[in-house]
Amino acid sequence: MRGLILRDIDDLIIGSFGIVAFISFFVGGVVTIQTALNINSPLIPQYLVGFATRQSVILEFAPTFISIIMAGKVGSFITSSIGTMRVTEQIDALEVMGINAINYLVFPKTIALLLYPFLISIAMFLGVLGGMAACYYGGFTSVSDYIWGVQLDFIPFHLAYAFIKTFVFAFLLATIPSYHGYFMKGGALEVGKASTTSFVWTSVAIILSNYIITQLILS
Amino acid sequence: MIVVENLHKTFGSTAVLKGISTSFEKGKTNLIIGQSGSGKTVFLKCLLGLFPYETGSISYDGQVYSNLSTADQRLLRSKIGMVFQGGALFDSMTIGENVKFPLRMFTKLSNSEMEDRAHEVLKRVELVDAYNKFPSEASGGMQKRVAIARAIVNNPSFLFCDEPNSGLDPKTAIVIDNLIQEITNEFNITTVINSHDMNSVMEIGQKIIFLKDGFKAWEGSNKTIFKTDNEAVTNFVYSSELFRKVRQMYLDEN
Repeated sequence: MRGLILRDIDDLIIGSFGIVAFISFFVGGVVTIQTALNINSPLIPQYLVGFATRQSVILEFAPTFISIIMAGKVGSFITSSIGTMRVTEQIDALEVMGINAINYLVFPKTIALLLYPFLISIAMFLGVLGGMAACYYGGFTSVSDYIWGVQLDFIPFHLAYAFIKTFVFAFLLATIPSYHGYFMKGGALEVGKASTTSFVWTSVAIILSNYIITQLILS
Repeated sequence: MIVVENLHKTFGSTAVLKGISTSFEKGKTNLIIGQSGSGKTVFLKCLLGLFPYETGSISYDGQVYSNLSTADQRLLRSKIGMVFQGGALFDSMTIGENVKFPLRMFTKLSNSEMEDRAHEVLKRVELVDAYNKFPSEASGGMQKRVAIARAIVNNPSFLFCDEPNSGLDPKTAIVIDNLIQEITNEFNITTVINSHDMNSVMEIGQKIIFLKDGFKAWEGSNKTIFKTDNEAVTNFVYSSELFRKVRQMYLDEN
Protein backbone atom coordinates (compact mmCIF):
# COMPACT_ATOMS: atom_id res chain seq x y z
CA MET A 1 0.00 0.00 0.00
CA ARG A 2 2.89 2.37 0.81
CA GLY A 3 4.26 1.88 -2.68
CA LEU A 4 0.88 2.68 -4.22
CA ILE A 5 0.55 5.86 -2.14
CA LEU A 6 4.05 7.00 -3.15
CA ARG A 7 3.30 6.28 -6.81
CA ASP A 8 0.06 8.25 -6.58
CA ILE A 9 1.86 11.16 -4.89
CA ASP A 10 4.25 11.14 -7.83
CA ASP A 11 1.48 10.92 -10.43
CA LEU A 12 -1.04 13.29 -8.87
CA ILE A 13 0.97 15.86 -6.89
CA ILE A 14 4.55 16.00 -8.17
CA GLY A 15 3.40 15.40 -11.73
CA SER A 16 1.10 18.45 -11.49
CA PHE A 17 3.76 20.79 -10.16
CA GLY A 18 4.86 22.10 -13.57
CA ILE A 19 1.44 23.06 -14.89
CA VAL A 20 0.38 24.55 -11.54
CA ALA A 21 3.57 26.63 -11.32
CA PHE A 22 3.26 27.84 -14.91
CA ILE A 23 -0.41 28.84 -14.65
CA SER A 24 -0.07 30.41 -11.19
CA PHE A 25 2.88 32.58 -12.13
CA PHE A 26 1.29 33.99 -15.28
CA VAL A 27 -2.27 34.35 -13.94
CA GLY A 28 -0.81 36.18 -10.92
CA GLY A 29 0.89 38.52 -13.40
CA VAL A 30 -2.33 39.04 -15.39
CA VAL A 31 -4.33 39.82 -12.21
CA THR A 32 -1.72 42.45 -11.32
CA ILE A 33 -1.73 44.00 -14.80
CA GLN A 34 -5.52 44.17 -14.97
CA THR A 35 -5.84 45.62 -11.49
CA ALA A 36 -3.17 48.24 -12.22
CA LEU A 37 -4.75 49.22 -15.53
CA ASN A 38 -8.19 49.61 -13.94
CA ILE A 39 -6.99 51.97 -11.23
CA ASN A 40 -7.45 55.32 -12.94
CA SER A 41 -8.08 57.58 -9.98
CA PRO A 42 -5.00 59.27 -8.51
CA LEU A 43 -6.73 59.04 -5.11
CA ILE A 44 -6.38 55.26 -5.06
CA PRO A 45 -2.92 54.25 -3.81
CA GLN A 46 -0.77 52.07 -6.09
CA TYR A 47 -0.07 49.57 -3.32
CA LEU A 48 -3.67 48.35 -3.74
CA VAL A 49 -2.40 46.45 -6.79
CA GLY A 50 -0.41 44.16 -4.47
CA PHE A 51 -3.28 43.96 -2.00
CA ALA A 52 -5.80 42.98 -4.71
CA THR A 53 -3.44 40.42 -6.22
CA ARG A 54 -2.78 38.80 -2.85
CA GLN A 55 -6.48 38.60 -1.96
CA SER A 56 -7.46 37.25 -5.39
CA VAL A 57 -4.72 34.65 -5.43
CA ILE A 58 -5.06 33.41 -1.84
CA LEU A 59 -8.83 33.48 -1.56
CA GLU A 60 -9.94 32.27 -4.96
CA PHE A 61 -7.40 31.77 -7.68
CA ALA A 62 -5.07 29.28 -5.99
CA PRO A 63 -7.59 27.08 -4.17
CA THR A 64 -10.54 27.17 -6.59
CA PHE A 65 -9.21 27.98 -10.05
CA ILE A 66 -6.29 25.56 -9.70
CA SER A 67 -8.69 22.88 -8.41
CA ILE A 68 -10.84 23.27 -11.54
CA ILE A 69 -7.70 22.79 -13.62
CA MET A 70 -6.78 19.79 -11.49
CA ALA A 71 -10.27 18.36 -12.10
CA GLY A 72 -9.25 18.29 -15.73
CA LYS A 73 -5.72 17.01 -15.25
CA VAL A 74 -5.79 14.79 -12.17
CA GLY A 75 -9.52 13.93 -12.41
CA SER A 76 -9.30 12.75 -16.00
CA PHE A 77 -6.18 10.77 -15.18
CA ILE A 78 -7.90 9.01 -12.28
CA THR A 79 -11.09 8.28 -14.24
CA SER A 80 -9.33 7.05 -17.34
CA SER A 81 -6.80 4.90 -15.47
CA ILE A 82 -9.46 3.23 -13.28
CA GLY A 83 -11.90 3.08 -16.23
CA THR A 84 -9.31 1.35 -18.42
CA MET A 85 -8.71 -1.14 -15.63
CA ARG A 86 -12.46 -1.80 -15.60
CA VAL A 87 -12.63 -2.23 -19.39
CA THR A 88 -9.62 -4.56 -19.51
CA GLU A 89 -10.98 -6.69 -16.61
CA GLN A 90 -8.10 -5.72 -14.31
CA ILE A 91 -10.62 -4.74 -11.60
CA ASP A 92 -12.38 -8.10 -12.04
CA ALA A 93 -8.97 -9.74 -11.63
CA LEU A 94 -8.47 -7.92 -8.31
CA GLU A 95 -11.93 -8.94 -7.10
CA VAL A 96 -11.48 -12.56 -8.11
CA MET A 97 -8.27 -12.62 -6.08
CA GLY A 98 -10.28 -11.45 -3.07
CA ILE A 99 -8.78 -7.97 -3.02
CA ASN A 100 -11.05 -5.06 -2.11
CA ALA A 101 -10.64 -3.19 -5.40
CA ILE A 102 -12.10 0.12 -4.16
CA ASN A 103 -9.72 0.12 -1.21
CA TYR A 104 -6.79 -0.88 -3.42
CA LEU A 105 -7.46 1.76 -6.09
CA VAL A 106 -9.15 4.72 -4.38
CA PHE A 107 -7.64 4.81 -0.89
CA PRO A 108 -4.04 5.52 -2.05
CA LYS A 109 -5.29 8.37 -4.25
CA THR A 110 -7.25 9.88 -1.37
CA ILE A 111 -4.18 9.71 0.88
CA ALA A 112 -1.91 11.08 -1.87
CA LEU A 113 -4.20 14.06 -2.35
CA LEU A 114 -3.83 14.99 1.32
CA LEU A 115 -0.64 16.64 0.02
CA TYR A 116 -2.71 18.76 -2.36
CA PRO A 117 -2.58 21.83 -0.03
CA PHE A 118 1.19 21.76 -0.52
CA LEU A 119 0.61 22.25 -4.24
CA ILE A 120 -1.86 25.06 -3.56
CA SER A 121 0.56 26.84 -1.23
CA ILE A 122 3.11 26.82 -4.05
CA ALA A 123 0.41 28.20 -6.37
CA MET A 124 -0.25 31.01 -3.88
CA PHE A 125 3.42 31.90 -3.62
CA LEU A 126 4.02 31.82 -7.37
CA GLY A 127 0.84 33.79 -8.09
CA VAL A 128 2.00 36.64 -5.86
CA LEU A 129 5.53 36.32 -7.28
CA GLY A 130 4.12 36.49 -10.83
CA GLY A 131 2.35 39.72 -9.90
CA MET A 132 5.60 41.16 -8.62
CA ALA A 133 7.38 40.14 -11.81
CA ALA A 134 4.67 41.86 -13.85
CA CYS A 135 5.20 45.07 -11.83
CA TYR A 136 8.95 44.86 -12.27
CA TYR A 137 8.99 44.15 -15.99
CA GLY A 138 5.82 46.06 -16.97
CA GLY A 139 6.32 49.10 -14.77
CA PHE A 140 2.66 49.19 -13.67
CA THR A 141 3.66 50.11 -10.15
CA SER A 142 6.85 50.03 -8.15
CA VAL A 143 7.95 46.73 -6.62
CA SER A 144 8.15 48.34 -3.17
CA ASP A 145 4.52 49.53 -3.45
CA TYR A 146 3.49 46.06 -4.59
CA ILE A 147 5.26 44.37 -1.64
CA TRP A 148 3.72 46.91 0.73
CA GLY A 149 0.28 46.09 -0.70
CA VAL A 150 0.87 42.37 -0.38
CA GLN A 151 1.59 42.82 3.34
CA LEU A 152 -1.26 45.26 3.95
CA ASP A 153 -4.06 44.17 6.32
CA PHE A 154 -3.07 40.53 6.09
CA ILE A 155 -5.59 38.30 7.88
CA PRO A 156 -4.07 34.88 8.67
CA PHE A 157 -7.54 33.35 8.89
CA HIS A 158 -7.88 33.83 5.14
CA LEU A 159 -5.11 31.27 4.70
CA ALA A 160 -6.93 28.89 7.03
CA TYR A 161 -10.12 29.42 5.00
CA ALA A 162 -8.22 28.73 1.76
CA PHE A 163 -6.68 25.52 3.11
CA ILE A 164 -9.98 24.25 4.53
CA LYS A 165 -11.41 24.67 1.03
CA THR A 166 -8.39 22.96 -0.43
CA PHE A 167 -8.82 19.86 1.75
CA VAL A 168 -12.47 19.58 0.69
CA PHE A 169 -11.51 20.00 -2.98
CA ALA A 170 -8.77 17.37 -2.59
CA PHE A 171 -11.35 14.88 -1.30
CA LEU A 172 -13.67 15.71 -4.23
CA LEU A 173 -10.77 15.39 -6.69
CA ALA A 174 -9.97 11.90 -5.40
CA THR A 175 -13.47 10.47 -5.03
CA ILE A 176 -15.67 11.78 -7.87
CA PRO A 177 -13.29 10.77 -10.70
CA SER A 178 -12.66 7.41 -8.98
CA TYR A 179 -16.41 6.79 -8.82
CA HIS A 180 -16.85 7.57 -12.52
CA GLY A 181 -13.95 5.30 -13.46
CA TYR A 182 -14.87 2.43 -11.16
CA PHE A 183 -18.53 2.20 -12.11
CA MET A 184 -18.19 2.85 -15.85
CA LYS A 185 -19.47 0.29 -18.33
CA GLY A 186 -18.50 -0.22 -21.95
CA GLY A 187 -15.31 0.16 -23.95
CA ALA A 188 -12.68 2.69 -24.96
CA LEU A 189 -15.21 5.31 -26.09
CA GLU A 190 -16.99 5.11 -22.74
CA VAL A 191 -13.67 5.68 -20.93
CA GLY A 192 -13.41 9.01 -22.77
CA LYS A 193 -17.02 9.86 -21.97
CA ALA A 194 -16.53 8.92 -18.31
CA SER A 195 -13.48 11.24 -18.14
CA THR A 196 -15.50 14.14 -19.53
CA THR A 197 -18.44 13.44 -17.22
CA SER A 198 -16.14 13.20 -14.22
CA PHE A 199 -14.52 16.55 -15.10
CA VAL A 200 -17.95 18.22 -15.36
CA TRP A 201 -19.24 16.79 -12.07
CA THR A 202 -16.00 17.42 -10.19
CA SER A 203 -16.04 21.05 -11.38
CA VAL A 204 -19.70 21.43 -10.38
CA ALA A 205 -19.00 19.92 -6.96
CA ILE A 206 -15.98 22.22 -6.46
CA ILE A 207 -17.92 25.35 -7.42
CA LEU A 208 -20.91 24.46 -5.22
CA SER A 209 -18.82 23.44 -2.22
CA ASN A 210 -16.75 26.62 -2.69
CA TYR A 211 -19.93 28.68 -2.40
CA ILE A 212 -21.18 26.77 0.65
CA ILE A 213 -17.82 26.85 2.47
CA THR A 214 -17.40 30.58 1.77
CA GLN A 215 -20.91 31.25 3.04
CA LEU A 216 -20.30 29.18 6.18
CA ILE A 217 -16.82 30.46 7.03
CA LEU A 218 -16.53 34.01 5.83
CA SER A 219 -20.04 35.44 6.09
CA MET B 1 -14.24 -30.12 -6.66
CA ILE B 2 -16.97 -27.60 -7.35
CA VAL B 3 -20.62 -28.61 -7.01
CA VAL B 4 -23.38 -26.41 -8.42
CA GLU B 5 -26.98 -27.07 -7.47
CA ASN B 6 -30.07 -25.56 -9.09
CA LEU B 7 -28.44 -22.23 -9.95
CA HIS B 8 -30.75 -19.44 -11.08
CA LYS B 9 -29.64 -16.01 -12.23
CA THR B 10 -31.77 -13.23 -13.70
CA PHE B 11 -31.07 -9.72 -14.97
CA GLY B 12 -34.26 -7.72 -14.43
CA SER B 13 -36.99 -9.84 -15.97
CA THR B 14 -34.58 -11.88 -18.13
CA ALA B 15 -33.67 -15.28 -16.76
CA VAL B 16 -30.12 -16.13 -17.87
CA LEU B 17 -29.38 -19.27 -15.84
CA LYS B 18 -32.40 -21.53 -15.32
CA GLY B 19 -31.60 -24.10 -12.69
CA ILE B 20 -28.15 -25.43 -13.56
CA SER B 21 -26.86 -28.38 -11.55
CA THR B 22 -23.48 -29.91 -12.27
CA SER B 23 -20.07 -30.62 -10.80
CA PHE B 24 -16.52 -29.76 -11.86
CA GLU B 25 -14.06 -32.46 -10.98
CA LYS B 26 -10.66 -32.08 -9.37
CA GLY B 27 -7.61 -32.80 -11.52
CA LYS B 28 -9.66 -32.50 -14.71
CA THR B 29 -10.15 -29.82 -17.33
CA ASN B 30 -13.86 -29.04 -17.20
CA LEU B 31 -15.16 -27.12 -20.22
CA ILE B 32 -18.31 -25.02 -20.38
CA ILE B 33 -19.40 -24.68 -24.00
CA GLY B 34 -22.38 -23.17 -25.76
CA GLN B 35 -23.42 -20.55 -28.26
CA SER B 36 -23.01 -16.84 -27.62
CA GLY B 37 -25.81 -15.74 -25.26
CA SER B 38 -26.26 -19.21 -23.78
CA GLY B 39 -25.17 -17.98 -20.34
CA LYS B 40 -21.56 -19.27 -20.24
CA THR B 41 -19.95 -16.04 -19.09
CA VAL B 42 -22.68 -15.33 -16.52
CA PHE B 43 -22.28 -18.89 -15.22
CA LEU B 44 -18.52 -18.44 -14.92
CA LYS B 45 -18.93 -15.08 -13.16
CA CYS B 46 -21.39 -16.68 -10.71
CA LEU B 47 -18.81 -19.39 -10.03
CA LEU B 48 -16.19 -16.70 -9.42
CA GLY B 49 -18.47 -14.79 -7.05
CA LEU B 50 -18.50 -11.74 -9.34
CA PHE B 51 -22.28 -12.03 -9.92
CA PRO B 52 -24.73 -12.76 -7.10
CA TYR B 53 -27.37 -15.37 -7.95
CA GLU B 54 -31.00 -15.65 -6.85
CA THR B 55 -31.33 -19.28 -5.84
CA GLY B 56 -29.17 -22.38 -5.76
CA SER B 57 -25.77 -23.06 -4.26
CA ILE B 58 -22.14 -23.37 -5.24
CA SER B 59 -19.75 -25.30 -3.05
CA TYR B 60 -15.97 -25.41 -3.32
CA ASP B 61 -14.45 -28.55 -1.82
CA GLY B 62 -17.53 -28.90 0.37
CA GLN B 63 -17.73 -25.23 1.46
CA VAL B 64 -20.94 -23.52 0.32
CA TYR B 65 -19.81 -20.06 -0.82
CA SER B 66 -22.93 -18.16 0.27
CA ASN B 67 -22.70 -19.63 3.80
CA LEU B 68 -19.16 -18.36 4.33
CA SER B 69 -18.32 -15.17 6.22
CA THR B 70 -16.83 -12.30 4.21
CA ALA B 71 -13.37 -13.13 5.59
CA ASP B 72 -13.73 -16.79 4.64
CA GLN B 73 -14.99 -15.80 1.17
CA ARG B 74 -11.84 -13.71 0.74
CA LEU B 75 -9.72 -16.63 1.94
CA LEU B 76 -11.45 -18.93 -0.55
CA ARG B 77 -10.90 -16.44 -3.33
CA SER B 78 -7.20 -16.40 -2.58
CA LYS B 79 -7.26 -20.09 -3.60
CA ILE B 80 -8.76 -19.19 -7.00
CA GLY B 81 -6.65 -18.47 -10.07
CA MET B 82 -8.28 -16.81 -13.03
CA VAL B 83 -7.14 -16.40 -16.62
CA PHE B 84 -9.21 -13.67 -18.22
CA GLN B 85 -10.06 -13.52 -21.91
CA GLY B 86 -7.78 -10.53 -22.49
CA GLY B 87 -5.22 -11.56 -19.89
CA ALA B 88 -6.19 -8.69 -17.54
CA LEU B 89 -2.55 -8.10 -16.68
CA PHE B 90 -1.81 -4.97 -14.69
CA ASP B 91 -0.26 -2.79 -17.37
CA SER B 92 1.54 -0.50 -14.92
CA MET B 93 3.57 -3.46 -13.62
CA THR B 94 6.24 -5.57 -15.30
CA ILE B 95 5.48 -9.20 -16.09
CA GLY B 96 7.53 -10.24 -13.05
CA GLU B 97 5.58 -7.89 -10.79
CA ASN B 98 2.29 -9.16 -12.25
CA VAL B 99 3.24 -12.72 -11.40
CA LYS B 100 4.41 -11.75 -7.90
CA PHE B 101 1.21 -9.77 -7.22
CA PRO B 102 -0.88 -12.59 -5.62
CA LEU B 103 2.12 -13.54 -3.48
CA ARG B 104 2.52 -9.97 -2.28
CA MET B 105 -1.18 -9.83 -1.40
CA PHE B 106 -1.66 -13.20 0.26
CA THR B 107 1.66 -14.47 1.55
CA LYS B 108 4.37 -13.29 3.89
CA LEU B 109 7.21 -14.44 1.66
CA SER B 110 10.33 -12.31 1.49
CA ASN B 111 11.03 -10.45 -1.73
CA SER B 112 13.72 -12.93 -2.77
CA GLU B 113 11.37 -15.87 -2.10
CA MET B 114 8.69 -14.18 -4.20
CA GLU B 115 11.21 -13.59 -6.99
CA ASP B 116 12.24 -17.24 -6.90
CA ARG B 117 8.63 -18.41 -7.07
CA ALA B 118 7.84 -15.97 -9.91
CA HIS B 119 10.86 -17.20 -11.89
CA GLU B 120 9.78 -20.79 -11.20
CA VAL B 121 6.28 -20.35 -12.65
CA LEU B 122 7.53 -18.18 -15.52
CA LYS B 123 9.94 -20.98 -16.35
CA ARG B 124 6.96 -23.38 -16.26
CA VAL B 125 5.22 -21.29 -18.95
CA GLU B 126 8.54 -20.78 -20.79
CA LEU B 127 8.74 -17.03 -20.26
CA VAL B 128 11.73 -16.50 -17.96
CA ASP B 129 13.26 -13.92 -20.30
CA ALA B 130 10.15 -11.75 -20.14
CA TYR B 131 10.47 -11.04 -16.40
CA ASN B 132 11.33 -7.36 -16.78
CA LYS B 133 9.13 -6.61 -19.77
CA PHE B 134 5.82 -4.78 -19.55
CA PRO B 135 2.61 -6.52 -20.74
CA SER B 136 2.37 -4.07 -23.65
CA GLU B 137 5.70 -5.45 -24.93
CA ALA B 138 4.39 -9.02 -24.98
CA SER B 139 2.39 -10.77 -27.73
CA GLY B 140 -1.16 -12.07 -27.17
CA GLY B 141 0.09 -15.62 -26.59
CA MET B 142 2.75 -14.43 -24.16
CA GLN B 143 0.17 -12.38 -22.26
CA LYS B 144 -2.04 -15.47 -21.91
CA ARG B 145 0.93 -17.45 -20.60
CA VAL B 146 1.77 -14.69 -18.12
CA ALA B 147 -1.88 -14.71 -17.02
CA ILE B 148 -1.62 -18.48 -16.47
CA ALA B 149 1.62 -17.99 -14.52
CA ARG B 150 -0.05 -15.34 -12.33
CA ALA B 151 -3.06 -17.61 -11.83
CA ILE B 152 -0.99 -20.58 -10.60
CA VAL B 153 1.75 -18.76 -8.68
CA ASN B 154 -0.08 -19.05 -5.35
CA ASN B 155 -0.80 -22.78 -5.80
CA PRO B 156 -4.55 -22.34 -6.32
CA SER B 157 -7.06 -25.12 -5.75
CA PHE B 158 -9.31 -23.81 -8.53
CA LEU B 159 -8.34 -22.43 -11.92
CA PHE B 160 -10.85 -20.60 -14.11
CA CYS B 161 -10.16 -19.64 -17.71
CA ASP B 162 -12.44 -17.44 -19.79
CA GLU B 163 -11.90 -18.26 -23.45
CA PRO B 164 -8.12 -18.68 -23.09
CA ASN B 165 -7.69 -19.24 -26.84
CA SER B 166 -9.60 -16.29 -28.20
CA GLY B 167 -7.54 -14.17 -30.58
CA LEU B 168 -4.69 -16.69 -30.80
CA ASP B 169 -3.39 -18.52 -33.85
CA PRO B 170 -4.12 -22.29 -33.92
CA LYS B 171 -0.57 -23.29 -32.96
CA THR B 172 -0.40 -20.95 -29.95
CA ALA B 173 -3.92 -22.00 -28.99
CA ILE B 174 -2.80 -25.63 -28.78
CA VAL B 175 0.23 -24.60 -26.69
CA ILE B 176 -2.08 -22.79 -24.25
CA ASP B 177 -4.53 -25.74 -24.15
CA ASN B 178 -1.76 -28.22 -23.44
CA LEU B 179 -0.24 -25.95 -20.80
CA ILE B 180 -3.57 -25.67 -18.96
CA GLN B 181 -4.10 -29.41 -19.07
CA GLU B 182 -0.57 -30.17 -17.90
CA ILE B 183 -0.88 -27.72 -15.02
CA THR B 184 -4.27 -29.14 -14.06
CA ASN B 185 -2.90 -32.68 -13.88
CA GLU B 186 0.43 -31.67 -12.33
CA PHE B 187 -1.05 -29.64 -9.46
CA ASN B 188 -4.36 -31.56 -9.19
CA ILE B 189 -6.40 -28.37 -9.65
CA THR B 190 -10.11 -28.10 -10.43
CA THR B 191 -9.98 -26.30 -13.77
CA VAL B 192 -13.04 -24.71 -15.38
CA ILE B 193 -12.69 -23.34 -18.91
CA ASN B 194 -15.28 -21.27 -20.70
CA SER B 195 -14.76 -21.88 -24.41
CA HIS B 196 -16.32 -22.13 -27.81
CA ASP B 197 -13.16 -23.32 -29.47
CA MET B 198 -13.94 -26.79 -30.85
CA ASN B 199 -10.26 -27.72 -30.96
CA SER B 200 -10.10 -27.21 -27.18
CA VAL B 201 -13.24 -29.29 -26.77
CA MET B 202 -11.67 -32.19 -28.66
CA GLU B 203 -8.19 -31.83 -27.18
CA ILE B 204 -8.66 -31.14 -23.47
CA GLY B 205 -12.38 -31.59 -22.70
CA GLN B 206 -12.07 -34.19 -19.95
CA LYS B 207 -15.48 -33.04 -18.83
CA ILE B 208 -17.80 -30.93 -20.98
CA ILE B 209 -20.96 -29.08 -19.98
CA PHE B 210 -23.07 -27.75 -22.83
CA LEU B 211 -25.33 -24.80 -22.06
CA LYS B 212 -28.29 -23.76 -24.19
CA ASP B 213 -30.64 -20.89 -23.38
CA GLY B 214 -29.62 -20.94 -19.71
CA PHE B 215 -30.13 -24.68 -19.25
CA LYS B 216 -27.58 -27.47 -19.03
CA ALA B 217 -28.45 -29.28 -22.24
CA TRP B 218 -25.76 -31.97 -22.12
CA GLU B 219 -22.84 -33.22 -20.05
CA GLY B 220 -20.07 -35.59 -21.13
CA SER B 221 -16.44 -35.67 -22.25
CA ASN B 222 -14.39 -35.34 -25.44
CA LYS B 223 -14.84 -39.08 -25.89
CA THR B 224 -18.61 -39.21 -25.48
CA ILE B 225 -19.26 -36.05 -27.48
CA PHE B 226 -18.61 -38.02 -30.68
CA LYS B 227 -21.30 -40.53 -29.85
CA THR B 228 -24.01 -38.23 -28.53
CA ASP B 229 -27.26 -37.93 -30.42
CA ASN B 230 -28.27 -34.80 -28.51
CA GLU B 231 -29.47 -32.55 -31.32
CA ALA B 232 -28.48 -29.29 -29.63
CA VAL B 233 -24.90 -30.50 -29.11
CA THR B 234 -24.48 -31.96 -32.59
CA ASN B 235 -25.90 -28.80 -34.20
CA PHE B 236 -23.39 -26.69 -32.25
CA VAL B 237 -20.25 -28.83 -32.19
CA TYR B 238 -20.59 -30.30 -35.66
CA SER B 239 -21.73 -27.14 -37.40
CA SER B 240 -18.62 -27.17 -39.63
CA GLU B 241 -17.97 -29.68 -42.40
CA LEU B 242 -14.54 -30.46 -40.94
CA PHE B 243 -15.87 -31.53 -37.55
CA ARG B 244 -18.70 -33.53 -39.17
CA LYS B 245 -16.05 -35.47 -41.09
CA VAL B 246 -13.91 -35.93 -37.98
CA ARG B 247 -16.92 -37.27 -36.13
CA GLN B 248 -17.80 -39.64 -38.96
CA MET B 249 -14.23 -40.95 -39.07
CA TYR B 250 -14.28 -41.51 -35.29
CA LEU B 251 -17.59 -43.35 -35.47
CA ASP B 252 -16.37 -45.47 -38.40
CA GLU B 253 -13.20 -46.41 -36.52
CA ASN B 254 -15.06 -47.23 -33.30
